[in-house]
Amino acid sequence: MLVLLLVAVFPLVYLILVSFQGITMMDNSSDFVGFVNYQAILEDTRLWQALWHTVVFLAIALPLELLLGLLMAQLFLEKLPGRQIMIGLLVLPVVISPIVAGTIWSLMFDNRYGPINQVLGWMVDHEMPLLWTIKPELVYPAILVAEVWQWTPFMFLLLLAALANVDKSQLEAASIDGAGYWRIFFRIVLPSIWPVMAIALLIRMLDLFRLFDVVWTLTQGGPGTMTETISIFTYSQGFKQFETSYTAAVALMIVVFLSAVLMWALKRVGLSR
Amino acid sequence: MGLKACGVVSVNKIPLSYRLRQHLRLVLAIAVTLVFLFPVYWLAMNSFKTADEIYSSPPVWWPASLQLNNYLVLFKDGDAVSVWNSLVVSTISTVLAMSLGTLCAYSLARFKTGGDHLSNWIISQRMVPPIAVVFPIFLLYVFLGWVDTYIGMILLYTAFNLPYVIWMMRGYIQDIPRSLEEAALVDGCTHWEVFWKVVIPMCKGGLFATAIFTFIFAWNEFLFALVLTRTEVVTYTVQVTHYLGGQSNFWTKIAAMSVLGTLPVFIAVMFMQRYLVRGISLGAVKG
Repeated sequence: MLVLLLVAVFPLVYLILVSFQGITMMDNSSDFVGFVNYQAILEDTRLWQALWHTVVFLAIALPLELLLGLLMAQLFLEKLPGRQIMIGLLVLPVVISPIVAGTIWSLMFDNRYGPINQVLGWMVDHEMPLLWTIKPELVYPAILVAEVWQWTPFMFLLLLAALANVDKSQLEAASIDGAGYWRIFFRIVLPSIWPVMAIALLIRMLDLFRLFDVVWTLTQGGPGTMTETISIFTYSQGFKQFETSYTAAVALMIVVFLSAVLMWALKRVGLSR
Repeated sequence: MGLKACGVVSVNKIPLSYRLRQHLRLVLAIAVTLVFLFPVYWLAMNSFKTADEIYSSPPVWWPASLQLNNYLVLFKDGDAVSVWNSLVVSTISTVLAMSLGTLCAYSLARFKTGGDHLSNWIISQRMVPPIAVVFPIFLLYVFLGWVDTYIGMILLYTAFNLPYVIWMMRGYIQDIPRSLEEAALVDGCTHWEVFWKVVIPMCKGGLFATAIFTFIFAWNEFLFALVLTRTEVVTYTVQVTHYLGGQSNFWTKIAAMSVLGTLPVFIAVMFMQRYLVRGISLGAVKG
């Protein structure tokens, strides 16, 4: 217990302390400089862009994963030959390291040796040497495909478990009463899977907010800073440019922001049932 | 006449369209599974390809032979040490986190230590992004001289996984009927004996599954390892990214190392299908 407290509290206290100092690579003085670092946050366009990139990834990947996961769960809900085996295989992307998922997709997206360009080439009947991880208009789709590939099965598994628990007699009663498919879905199915769906969404939202590994392997935040997420931005501030105190301030802002979101969400979602 | 025909058609049509739909579902399900598995297949195949086969356009869909040279190179060059490092760090930190965490969980579940607020706070620790804590930890480790050491990585992963273990084990312990423990107490067992002889055997499955997940989290972790290792305890995830370099990626090594890092996880997951959904949903779905 004490260890946990120490591990959790020490970084926070230290972050607060450092964030008010003026430590950089050049200047190791630990004088307190007040709110200078926090003021810098407001004026740092690169930081706000990184936040925007993160939000874009979140806003596209999350609904896609939910929708695809839900469709797949519907597909696998009833009996099928080999159903268990297929579900077992679909689990695999979820437990792969995101780093490996990233390397898998850089293999897949490779402009000359990758199967994706090859298949696209067959479709349009001439060669398609697309630079997926370099061209500005292609990097977002590439990263999103990798992300959605890895985490749609997560949504799928949770929603499948939730759908299997929907009360069958209610569904039958509703369809005898003449309710259509969509009506049944929105009035009965959705409310009964919502608790699980909300938790799945919350977990994925928090994971997407700290998106790092997949982007790191595919583009390292590039080209330029085009795909830099908030995690990658913080990393490069702290460990490439050694803006120690500034990084501390940024990290602290992330913690404060996420804690607020979490407190709000945990109250509503009720993970502790 | 028309009415009758309609009736005949609909009687025959329902089972037929139902059968058709079932077939269509099966085909669709297989297609979806194949689409999701193809990238994994591609990785595995590339690890067996020779360099010529990897660097060929159009790509080779099936290598000429399942040669293991790419793996042998990893062992000869000593890069496979990173897999060993991952194994050591993940295993020891899992054992530590499980023993500490299960005890904490028991006290949370049965003696209501700290109430619900403490439990909620613990799980929220799990959700804080690593990037926010890695920085002060890095500064602390520089101060302690723990950067690039086994002890540093092991303690970090123990702490990092502890909230998950406590949270999950609390759930599994709460599932055990309380009357069993009370009966044991009446029979003269101490709380410690109750813990060892009743609680642990009753939640063996959950204990095992949680341990595997803890192991996988540590095994797959990247950011902490990237920041806190240099040369001595480089884990396999960091080693993989060492091969990535702009235009000249060492695909043979990347593929082989990735497979080495993924195989243990796949094997582990096969043994705990039953607990999988509960494990990844942080206990929200009791499959």
